[in-house]
Amino acid sequence: MIYSKEEIFETIQMIDLENLDIRTVTLGISLLDCLDASGEKMIARVREKIRRLGGGLVPSARALERKYGLPIVNLRISLTPLSAVIAGPIRGMGRAEAQAFCCEFAAQLDEACQEMGIDLMGGYSALVHIGMTLADETLIQSLPAVLSSTSSLCASVQVATTSSGINMDAVRIMGEIIKQTAELTEKGSGCARLVVLCNAPENIPFMAGAFHGFGNPETVINVGISGPGVIKSALLAKKGLAIHELAEEIKRRAFKITRAGELIGREMAQALHTRLGAVDLSLAPTFKVGDSVAEILETMGIERVGAPGSTAALALLTNAVKTGGAMATSAVGGYSGAFIPVSEDMGMVAAASTGALSIEKLEAMTSVCSVGLDMVAIPGDTPAETISGLIADEMAIGVMNHKATGARLIPVPGAMAGEFVEFGGLFGSAVVMKVSRFSSREFIQRGGTFPPPIDSLRN
Amino acid sequence: MPLEEVGKDEMERGRRMIGKELAIITVMGRDRPGLVAGISRVLAEHGVNIEDISQTILQDMFSMILIVDISACRTSFESLQEALSQEGNVLGMKVLMQHKKIFDFMHRI
Repeated sequence: MIYSKEEIFETIQMIDLENLDIRTVTLGISLLDCLDASGEKMIARVREKIRRLGGGLVPSARALERKYGLPIVNLRISLTPLSAVIAGPIRGMGRAEAQAFCCEFAAQLDEACQEMGIDLMGGYSALVHIGMTLADETLIQSLPAVLSSTSSLCASVQVATTSSGINMDAVRIMGEIIKQTAELTEKGSGCARLVVLCNAPENIPFMAGAFHGFGNPETVINVGISGPGVIKSALLAKKGLAIHELAEEIKRRAFKITRAGELIGREMAQALHTRLGAVDLSLAPTFKVGDSVAEILETMGIERVGAPGSTAALALLTNAVKTGGAMATSAVGGYSGAFIPVSEDMGMVAAASTGALSIEKLEAMTSVCSVGLDMVAIPGDTPAETISGLIADEMAIGVMNHKATGARLIPVPGAMAGEFVEFGGLFGSAVVMKVSRFSSREFIQRGGTFPPPIDSLRN
Repeated sequence: MPLEEVGKDEMERGRRMIGKELAIITVMGRDRPGLVAGISRVLAEHGVNIEDISQTILQDMFSMILIVDISACRTSFESLQEALSQEGNVLGMKVLMQHKKIFDFMHRI
């Protein structure tokens, strides 16, 4: 036979028993040719372009799923950061009128998602790491209203990069915006679609941080792979491995998982007459048993995530995933680390609810993975300045270590530390984590710019 | 092995594959008479040739792997999948069909 029985069954077992799937295929679409001073014309062009270029996304993915017997869980679209798109139409508008326009535009995009069967759309975004334009400011101020009146639109705001430092005014404002968004949405769930970013790659396939960066072509396909279960069962199958042997096992499996992503990415790009931009190597959990990044660390011998050794175990995992994955694709991109959200991952939720994992330990762990404080539910009475403090810490980790990171924090109104919150669907459920009661108020209220680190001056 | 023999098998295999489009069919469940007949009847009806076939017992479960050429298939990939899975229901077996490329990507560098 051209393949051994073992090879054939390995693939089938990965898909059937170990939850191997393609976590997301994300189509990036540039909206730069839709710009117009007239809001009405701009929106009409945007809707037409999304429908024209994205119409094939769902049917093509369904056909590929059948062809390869491999599930593609999410189909998404990422757009040019929309602050650039609304800049023309809002010029000359009063504040209230501009806000109403943003809500109308957002509603139209949300409707487009529903119409096309797309689960999430990213790009309600602004890049303000140096400073804000009027349009950036308008978009940011519209976030609470927009996130509470839509269900599929995702928002991101980049407030820091290693080369520019941290825009601390934006950090302060985002603390307030997150708090307002939480108050306007049930259980604060609007905040699940809002992430504050540092060093954001322009080709992320994952939400809420995906946007179609300005360096991209007209359209592009970015793929996010999955497969924590595949890694976990490889480690379970072999007892008594030394640390370097664990890394070796992870590399082998990561290679195979990534190849599946590469195949789907290439074929989706071909079907949609575009190109494959990036395969994001990040292991992405889903909210079911056996599909958890935390369980991998526990299989390595950490009793519960958060115990001493967790940061080292996570670093071992992300490093091995990258080493194995990078061999498997010609288009590494996006975050390419590991996701440790405290809601979409059952093992992470269990760790937080048993008290094994504190927000401080989680922060330490984010310095060796990719997305930062992701989907972290915090008490509803957390002051805005404390939220900004958490964001500032995460941004500092990203800026100083030349890495992408983010903060997706959910201050659940009325909830206290230790309570369970059900967000439903993709976002799973979370346990509210305890946040320090000591204040960051004075530090945050200073505003200004956090200067870039000296080692960013490389020219 | 003499130098000219090196890679000869692979070359020969490659030559035989030209013009073909292969898929892998996996049949899993409890062994019973009529399995091979049932599956090959569906394949023959669709104009699909069996290139290779192998049976094995894996963790107490009978399984059969067929490598088939679908280049002359008279229906779409989806319809063939549907027909095979219906036949699987009759036989009480799980039948999967996947395009060969996924195995190439995952198991060959």
